[in-house]
Amino acid sequence: METITKKNTLTDKLIAEFESTKNSLFGNLKLREQAIEIFAKQGIPNRKHEEYKYVNIDLMLKDEFSFSVKKPLTSQQIEQTKFLKDAIIIVVENGIFSQELSNLQHLPKHTIISSIATAAEDHPAILNKHYSTYADINTDPFVALNTSLAKDGVFIHIGMGTVVKNPIHIIHISSATKNTIINTRNLIVMEENVQAKIIESFKTIDSIAKAFNNVLTEVVIGNNSIVEYNKIQDETDLGYLVNTTQIIQKKQSVFTSNTFILSGFLVRNNLTMVLDGEYIESHLNGLYLTDGNQTVDNHTLVDHRKPNCNSNELYKGIIEGKSSATFNGKIYVRKDAQKTNAFQSNKNILLSDDGTINTKPQLEIYADDVKCSHGTSTGKLDADKIFYLRTRGLSEASAKKLLMHAFASEVVDMIKIDELRAYVEDSISKRFE
Amino acid sequence: MLLIKNLHASIHGKEILRGINLEVKAGEVHAIMGPNGSGKSTLSAVLAGRSEYEVTQGKVLFNGKNLLELAPEDRAREGVFLAFQYPVEIPGVSNVNFLKTAINEIRIYKGLPPMEAKDFLAMLKEKQKLVELDGKLANRSVNEGFSGGEKKRNEIFQMAMLEPKLAILDETDSGLDIDALRVVANGVNKLKSKDNAAIVITHYQRLLDYIIPDVVHILYNGKIVKSGPKELALELEAKGYDFIKAEIKA
Repeated sequence: METITKKNTLTDKLIAEFESTKNSLFGNLKLREQAIEIFAKQGIPNRKHEEYKYVNIDLMLKDEFSFSVKKPLTSQQIEQTKFLKDAIIIVVENGIFSQELSNLQHLPKHTIISSIATAAEDHPAILNKHYSTYADINTDPFVALNTSLAKDGVFIHIGMGTVVKNPIHIIHISSATKNTIINTRNLIVMEENVQAKIIESFKTIDSIAKAFNNVLTEVVIGNNSIVEYNKIQDETDLGYLVNTTQIIQKKQSVFTSNTFILSGFLVRNNLTMVLDGEYIESHLNGLYLTDGNQTVDNHTLVDHRKPNCNSNELYKGIIEGKSSATFNGKIYVRKDAQKTNAFQSNKNILLSDDGTINTKPQLEIYADDVKCSHGTSTGKLDADKIFYLRTRGLSEASAKKLLMHAFASEVVDMIKIDELRAYVEDSISKRFE
Repeated sequence: MLLIKNLHASIHGKEILRGINLEVKAGEVHAIMGPNGSGKSTLSAVLAGRSEYEVTQGKVLFNGKNLLELAPEDRAREGVFLAFQYPVEIPGVSNVNFLKTAINEIRIYKGLPPMEAKDFLAMLKEKQKLVELDGKLANRSVNEGFSGGEKKRNEIFQMAMLEPKLAILDETDSGLDIDALRVVANGVNKLKSKDNAAIVITHYQRLLDYIIPDVVHILYNGKIVKSGPKELALELEAKGYDFIKAEIKA
């Protein structure tokens, strides 16, 4: 790989990497070849790409990058990332599932957790049915890139009727001594009538170079299943994260997605929920706290395909420094999706003069008997509230802190796992100090 | 305790207060009455430190300190409390939580250690009873979804918790029915002592049936035009504000 000269673009380098490693990668080679072809045509998107208008990924990745430069971490460093006591723990180090570092003790019956590369061998029927079925390689260059180059990731299969009591904590650790590109691929399949709580956390540890993690997760939620899915993205200034999450919900399922972006030089989330059945309930909540030169971009798509479903979306952000935050929320209500209730709200507090917020709700409604609404607001902290608190003896700084907490708590309170909520609250408090 | 001398204040270049003189001593209750637009609320806002108002002349001393130089929080920490005419709703901030923060910041200012949790809880219970505030309201977000009467009661509850030296009640009676008025006044009376003082700002005399003032001042056109014993309030109520206007012209 090191023979590729510097003047070649990153796109060329990625294609060359594919050619040299393709025979060692898991799964369907044909699919991978299709994907790299699509990626080759599009390349890493620049700002001319409509969907990547507000993130200069092209520019951010202009430096030299290599692949999977692994830096051995101490067990102590790993332990720090395990913030849930009783969780089933899955550790993914630079995109590779680590059996040794994971703790799969509390696994109930009918539940499989493994490396996805292993699963491709052990559970071909499940992979054939679901793998790359929902994340379309034609829709986004990062989906194509991940589908062509992914080395490993997490595979979870939860069988019909299973209640997974302990939360499942997937810990993605990036650690880089040289600028590194990682493609992590996950597949989570929950069959009928499953109940589970999943947490994905993203951490950069002990790095001296940039780690670019292109993570793609497909999540299948079977009929009548109830699932809470939390993401804690906290990767520091060396973390560059593009996180595509493709969720398909079946009949009468209830799904809650809570996304917390606490740090990271770049965080781009493409979250798509397909409501593919009747009487589905979907909740999408997000909180982003940005500072410095961070770029955070949340693209969400709620696709109502069938009648009688409810979706409710709340994204909130506090923007400081020279950071830039984007919220792009699409809602499709297809022709068949009568009696849809779809609500969306995006609220932002801009604390600095140099911060930027782009907010773009997009509703496309093709059914006629629906209730849909969206609202966005961007403002500073309310001066009247600050004054009121100060007249009670609070300093200006603590009045502001209290108001920021109050603003954030609307999203934090959506977390149903007490230990996780306490962790997020604590992380937020530290940010506001 | 409070000494106001020739206080002039304006907002957006418009002069509202045109030379207020007032002295309030410990143990006293002063009522300030006046028609709409006379400057009642401006006076309370200036004393509490609202930054939109510009003091153009005069001074305000609070226990010998120059009050106008202090930030709003330091005025509160020195012992000034303003009960707002329109209390602000703060969703997501619990009453109890914010009062705990407030009390501890006041204690730090005074060089005292933070209050023990159990002492705080005991105090909370006692003061809730004093102002007949429902325990549920105390635990809710500050004023969020409170009725007008509940908001006013919550102001008096906060006052009870913060134990100020000087309480300024800005039209605390507005929007209160007679029962709520009695409860609020009762709370104020129970908190009265020889060491603290209150300024009761009101448009109507009725509140003064419950909170008996030592002195009544009439504010008109940004100035105190008449001061007298509590009977002045009754006279004003009987004759209306026009009599003051006529008296001034004469």
